[in-house]
Order: sequence, then structure tokens, then C-alpha cells
Amino acid sequence: MIGPLRRWRVMRPQQRKSSYDVVIVGGGVHGLAIAYELARRGVRDVAVLEKQYIGAGGSGRNTAIIRSNYRTPEGVAFYDESVRIYEGLAVELGFNVLFSQHGHLTLAHTDAAVAGLRVRAEVNQLQGVDSVVIDRDEIRKIAPALDLSDHPRYPIHAALFHPPGGIIRHDAVVWGYARRAQEMGVHIHQGVEVTAIDLADGRIAGVQTTDGPIRAGTVVNATAGWASTIAAMAGVRLPIVTHPLQALVTEPLKPFLDPVLVSATLHVYVSQTDRGELVIGAEIDPYASYSHRSTLAFMETSAAHVLELLPSVAGVRVLRQWAGICDMTPDFSPIIGPVPDVPGFILDVGWGTYGFKAGPVAGRRVAELIATGTTPPVLAPFSIERFATGSLIGEKAAAAVSH
Amino acid sequence: MSFLIDCPLCGPRETGEYRYGGELQTRPLPDSPVSTWSAYLYERTNVAGIERAWWFHRAGCRRWFQVERDTRTNEVIRVGWTLPALTTGAGADG
Ligand SMILES: Cc1cc2nc3c(=O)[nH]c(=O)nc-3n(C[C@H](O)[C@H](O)[C@H](O)COP(=O)(O)OP(=O)(O)OC[C@H]3O[C@@H](n4cnc5c(N)ncnc54)[C@H](O)[C@@H]3O)c2cc1C
Ligand SMILES: [Zn+2]
Repeated sequence: MIGPLRRWRVMRPQQRKSSYDVVIVGGGVHGLAIAYELARRGVRDVAVLEKQYIGAGGSGRNTAIIRSNYRTPEGVAFYDESVRIYEGLAVELGFNVLFSQHGHLTLAHTDAAVAGLRVRAEVNQLQGVDSVVIDRDEIRKIAPALDLSDHPRYPIHAALFHPPGGIIRHDAVVWGYARRAQEMGVHIHQGVEVTAIDLADGRIAGVQTTDGPIRAGTVVNATAGWASTIAAMAGVRLPIVTHPLQALVTEPLKPFLDPVLVSATLHVYVSQTDRGELVIGAEIDPYASYSHRSTLAFMETSAAHVLELLPSVAGVRVLRQWAGICDMTPDFSPIIGPVPDVPGFILDVGWGTYGFKAGPVAGRRVAELIATGTTPPVLAPFSIERFATGSLIGEKAAAAVSH
Repeated sequence: MSFLIDCPLCGPRETGEYRYGGELQTRPLPDSPVSTWSAYLYERTNVAGIERAWWFHRAGCRRWFQVERDTRTNEVIRVGWTLPALTTGAGADG
């Protein structure tokens, strides 16, 4: 790890040009993956503009859960492609992304929830995704630390077990993509904020930045929580509301928890990292905000709920907590593709609380869209036109708590 | 929770007592085209700045009222039973 990181640090800042074929706004996993995939296709006159530092947004703040056991066929196909790319990503990028496929357990505490998991298992299996409903005895073998007794307020009845799910080192994914993209000729400019978008005859002509104007015929909005602000610069209103999402991490413990645990009923999820820390998260804060402040209420309620699942971790100390911002759509699905009214403006937004796992597939397919000018079938369901035609993709059941 | 909101009836209470009801919008006329209605249903200004929105005091007086707040800092600027919608942003007037 030290070797690549040292090389990354000594990478020279690149001289900004006055024009690029493609300008990508946002240096998170999505913007960087698009840049890398464009370079792989030979489109190398590309700049990523990041107002802070790469990974400053959700990509450096998420709880790094990777999975594909979604609810809709569209969602499952899409996320499955991403899991497959992640499985080979360390080799592909020459950078260890520490992907640990320890499995993922979605717990059901009610009969209705068990029925919901059975639907998901069916949808998953039809798409060839490893996903099965298991009972308490099987859960006990996979996660012996769970309280599987009848005593809790919400006893566990069953779980959806998804063996390929797991967690990854999110920073490493960001750095790996950035380093390879830069090696292939992409420009990455940190500390450069886009302040306006230039249009000529209704199509994209370039951007204004805190470092001066840049001409470009294609501008990609990959700013997640800030997506509405960039879209507004091009006169586009999005079906997005920005909500904070919080997480916390405990002191390290001996390895005792293999799978990621998710409980929608308790509004909480928890995983143990390779370093032994417990990473704990919850649902979004229930109001629109761009604030990155974390709250005591989040820590109290999520700690209490984790104790209902894992009573043995009482007394374990919290090391730190933080917040990020999420671009929530009405159907818990992303918005990807061109904006028909503004030629040259490409969206890769609406990533909500679940977009880290989608970085590789979005990068690959959005690059294909830009390079070929045609929308790949796997992206088609996620166009912005779905809101006008009423063809929404209901992923709430699989994405509201388990990110 | 993270900040206090001054209910017009009950006074300052923590955010957890309230339910957020979304930014102020103007409902289209009933015979508006479908595109106007779908824009009203889904599109939002989602401003990073001063927002006027509905809030419901669910754990108090159970009244809906409006809050002007900076969404970057959660600073509450003013509250009232009704506030004029901001005219900046394409959607403020529906
Ligand atoms: C606490 C938390 C937990 C999460 N857990 C998971 C999880 O377990 N699994 C999962 O798949 N997803 C998870 N997510 C969601 C995931 O983090 C995001 O969906 C994903 O990182 C979005 O990546 P991105 O590249 O689109 O955006 P980001 O990583 O947010 O990057 C956007 C970038 O745009 C930059 N920017 C904004 N405005 C401008 C401007 N005007 N000019 C230039 N740059 C600008 C920002 O500085 C930022 O770096 C979680 C999110 C949070 C906050
Ligand atoms: Zn009140």
C-alpha cells in the first residue's frame, strides 16, 4: 500500500488547459470512474473538476457496503454488473481496494418483512444473483453474536443471505481510479469549483470555475449531494432532495462478525472492518439539508439499536462519527443519461445512500454513452424521462436502510 | 436533534419533534398539462441556501407551519403560519 500511495502523493499537479472534450464535475468514485473508463476507450481529453479534494464527498464518507440483492430486475442487473467489476478491480487498477466479500444479511423481524425478503430472493435468483432466505438456525451459524432469542422487542424470524455482498476500502477505490485515470492522460484538478455552466444555442459550451473558464462540448454532472446545484446552472430542475446521512465507528475488536447486518425494522446496519472496528449506519436524516454536522440523536438511537442485535458489544467505545449528503430520488434509483433539453449535459446523479457500490458500472456505462452517443440498455431504465412518463423503479424496499 | 425550530405556538423545540414537509410549491391549476403536473410532483429546487418549507409539529400542537432556513447550516431564519414563497428558482411559482 505504501508504494502506490507515495507515488500518488508525488504526482505532479497538471497544468489546466482552456478546453477539454469532456469536463466531469465532481471527483468522487463516479466522476473518476467515468474518467478512467473514457480513457480506456481512447477518449483522453478529459478533466475532472473537484472543488475540494478527491473523495471529499460521499465517496470518502460512506460505509462501503457492496451488494446486488436489490428488489427490481432493473436494479439487480445494474448492481450485479458493478459487483463483478469490483471483484476484479484491484487487479485491473493495480491498487489494493481491500474488497472483503464476507456476505450480507438483511434481517426480518416481522412476517411482512419475511414475505418481502422472499420476493427479493426470487428476483435475485432469476437474475443469477446468489441470494437466499434462511432461518434462525442458519443465521446462527453465520452470525453467532446475533441475539436470536425470543426476548428482544423485535425477534429475528429470518434473513436474506447474500454471500457475495461485503465491504471495501472506499478511499482506495477513489485513489485507484484517480491514479490510473491520470496515468492514462486524464486531468484531475482538485480545489477547482464550477460556478456556472455556459450554454450556446441551448447546448453545453463550457463551464466557469474558480480557476477561470473552461470550454467543453460535454459536461457530466457527477456531484451526488450537490447535483441540484450543478443542474440549476444549466437551467435543469431535478427530482432530487438532498438529505444528510450519518455513520459512526467504534474502537477495534477481535474479529467476531463476518457478514454485514441490516435491520430495516430497527433502522440500523452494522459491519466489522478488517481492522476490527464496527461501522454503524442508519437511515437519512428526515429533512433536506446540505449540512455535514453529525448529531447526538443519531449516535444514541443507532447505538441502542445495535445493542438490540448484538448485546455483547455493550461498553464498546465510539471512536468518531460523521455525516455526508445524499441526493435522494422519489424511487430510490439513480438518474443517468443525457438531458434531452440540454445537448451535451450528462447526468450521473441520484445516488442517494447507495451509490458507492455503483461507481464501477456507472463509470463504464456512462463512458460508453459519451463515447458512442447511444444509451446502453442497462442504463435505459434510469433516464430522467421516467418521471414524465411515470415509469418509476421502486427500490425503496431494498435501499431505504440497507445502503 | 441537531437544531431547534421555534414553533409559532409552542416555542423552541428540537427537530425530532417535527416532520419535514418539503419546500414550498404552488399547485398547478387543475387543467394544466400533464408535464406541468409531473414537474410539480417530482422536480424540486433543492436549494443549497435559503429554503422555505413546510414543517409539522407532530409531537406538540400538531399544526403545519412554514420555516425559512439556510440548508447549508440549518440556521432557522424565521417561522410563520405562512411565508411568501421565494421568487428565485424556476419552480417557485409552479
Ligand atoms: C454515511 C454514508 C454512508 C453510505 N453508505 C453507503 C454504502 O454502504 N454503500 C453504498 O453503495 N453507498 C453508500 N453511500 C452513498 C455513497 O457514498 C454515494 O452515493 C457515492 O459516494 C456518490 O459518489 P459520487 O462520486 O457520485 O459523489 P461524491 O463522492 O459525493 O462526489 C461529488 C463531488 O462533487 C464535488 N462538488 C460538488 N459541487 C462541486 C462544484 N460546484 N464544482 C466542483 N466539484 C463539486 C464534491 O466536493 C464531491 O467531492 C453512503 C453515503 C453516506 C453519506
Ligand atoms: Zn407546536
